[in-house]
Amino acid sequence: MKISGAQALIKSLEKEGVDVMFGYPGGQIMPVYDVLLDSKIKHILTRHEQGAAHAADGYARATGKVGVCMSTSGPGATNLVTGIATANMDSVPLVAIAGQVATHVIGTDAFQEADTTGITLPVVKHNYLIMRPEDIARTVQEAFLLASTGRPGAVVIDMPSDVSRTQVDFRYPDKLTSLPGYRPTTKGHNRQIKEAARLILAAKQPVIYAGGGVITAEASEELRQLARLLDLPVTTTLLGKGAFPETDGLSLGMLGMHGTSYANFVMMKTDLILAIGARFDDRITGRLDTFAPHAKIIHIDIDPAEIGKNVSVDVPIVGDARKVLKDLLAALKPKVAESGPPDTSAWHKQIREWKKEYPLSIPPGGLRPQFVVDEIYRVTHGKATIVTDVGQHQMWSAQFYKCSKPRQFISSGGLGTMGFGLPAAIGAKIGKPGSRVVNIAGDGSIQMNSQELATAVLNNVAITIAVINNGYLGMVRQWQELFYNKRYSHTHLRRGESPDFVKLAEAYGALGMRVTEANQVEQALKEAFKVKNGPVLIDFMVEEEENVFPMVAPGASLDDMIGG
Amino acid sequence: MKHTLSVMVENKPGVLARVAGLFSRRGFNIDSLAVGVTEKPEVSRMTVVVNVEEHSLEQVYKQLNKLINVIKVIDLPDDNSVQREMIMVKVKADAKTRAEVIEIVDIFRGKVVDVGKGTISIEVTGPASKLTAFEELLRPYGLVELVRTGTIALPRG
Repeated sequence: MKISGAQALIKSLEKEGVDVMFGYPGGQIMPVYDVLLDSKIKHILTRHEQGAAHAADGYARATGKVGVCMSTSGPGATNLVTGIATANMDSVPLVAIAGQVATHVIGTDAFQEADTTGITLPVVKHNYLIMRPEDIARTVQEAFLLASTGRPGAVVIDMPSDVSRTQVDFRYPDKLTSLPGYRPTTKGHNRQIKEAARLILAAKQPVIYAGGGVITAEASEELRQLARLLDLPVTTTLLGKGAFPETDGLSLGMLGMHGTSYANFVMMKTDLILAIGARFDDRITGRLDTFAPHAKIIHIDIDPAEIGKNVSVDVPIVGDARKVLKDLLAALKPKVAESGPPDTSAWHKQIREWKKEYPLSIPPGGLRPQFVVDEIYRVTHGKATIVTDVGQHQMWSAQFYKCSKPRQFISSGGLGTMGFGLPAAIGAKIGKPGSRVVNIAGDGSIQMNSQELATAVLNNVAITIAVINNGYLGMVRQWQELFYNKRYSHTHLRRGESPDFVKLAEAYGALGMRVTEANQVEQALKEAFKVKNGPVLIDFMVEEEENVFPMVAPGASLDDMIGG
Repeated sequence: MKHTLSVMVENKPGVLARVAGLFSRRGFNIDSLAVGVTEKPEVSRMTVVVNVEEHSLEQVYKQLNKLINVIKVIDLPDDNSVQREMIMVKVKADAKTRAEVIEIVDIFRGKVVDVGKGTISIEVTGPASKLTAFEELLRPYGLVELVRTGTIALPRG
């Protein structure tokens, strides 16, 4: 039986188990939107294509499933690009479908034509321009496989309108026929795993440095077992938050530029780093040539290109974090049973001292942003899904909202995309309706995609938007204060003049609240959490010139912390 | 340092852009890049000469392997591969100098492929260094136009 290309596309998405997608229609994708009316796939209409991409991203990060977004050609597709790049940088499985002008006018600068595959090429895992309707099914199948396996990432499918309209025999392939160049290694090399076990047992001052890869690979349980087996301290990256319970005594919290002092001291003094699903990014290492001078490094990652990219590694292990950790545990357990765990008590004593001497702290007086985050933590019993934007509030969220479960902390780490939070929170809530979702936003970030309040209101998405309103692009202001002689170039957002966030929320049909005093925070949060049928925005008028500390200045050594 | 890489890729639209884009994006310098079909119609071979240090070479190799359409990347060391390039050069040659030029062409086992008014066109194949030597010998006569294909290579044995 022949069906249209658009029908073939939607049927293929159904075959891949897509139950929700986020998008925005337009001319060249209209045939697909027409078919969507008759599909069981739920489509969430956002108010901007960027919102659709971030929502699909948030959905994927919250659930582990592939997020799907869709737009028309030209400006629709270019508006997706920031969201695609955001997802890809953080290894989030995303399939983005864009309409394209008809095949016979591609390359003629037709109305709303953009070279979508060309534009997205540097920011995707892979992309496709479908030129024949008979390629649709296979392409969708490959796209989902590529997005969700190996090191996950973003895949773009560019779909010309005539391909959508042409009739085709539809048959969904049972299994992939051809991806000759794609063979991710999932099982770690045995000899390397043995060598890793040997180094771990020999280490006097070991540390586990865990990244987002632990969450992607669903290896948190294995990580916990490993840490417990040998009493290994664990620090995580921003994206690794929740991979290991931050409430655990072995947790050092986050490391890096705004990490805890003790995590950074540990990295600089350790004799063995066990890096799992993390990539030694510049926000983690600080100045590279002084980083972890005494450490041997074991690096477990599914992407071979990450191993040895920034730091040289003693034991490289390419593989799926979960499988490798299982094998590593199997190699370690009999040895530990035989001769007991190595004595690292001096190391732990040192760490306890650092923790005592350099705790994260909330300055007294006024309405402090750190206090707001801490209250959110307390009132939600540490169980909320936190979705942040980018900037100071993001770092305070990372520092003060202790996560105990994977997929609990959702943030744009690699690309650092302002405007990510609100749409991603919508996607996360739709993916996990039973979860309390709090978008901790900045007054700058929220304005980059505030139109998505309409999406949340109209779809009854009950999220709490906590705007940490300091009237500044706070992180840039902080850098100007510290490194640009307090020359505040274009970072003052003039709160109190525009916008009024409470009225903005109300204009969209959401409940808006304003909090100006510390003693109002708890009450406001409790009231917000009572609302079950739509979003609530709380405008927290915090201290204007609070800084995020500790801070490793860009290019400085990791133990050279300001305010640490 | 120069390294010759043989990159087997799926013969699909846009593959050249993916490979070339990777080099520019990651800041790797390409000396030459030659693309052509292989014994299998679905596979093309790109021969890339890159100028990078050992550490970067590993990244080039790994990043190329990450491209979905790249099937295999082979490092071809000079001493274990056959490397060839072709040059076509149009050089000034009048009645006085023509014999001299042709003598040089013969020594380099080249071929005269065209003769014009006051010029002759020559093709020579060989390793890049031989072609450079040839080019330098002809330079004094006056090079009018010149083109080189970039290196292609196969492993020995």
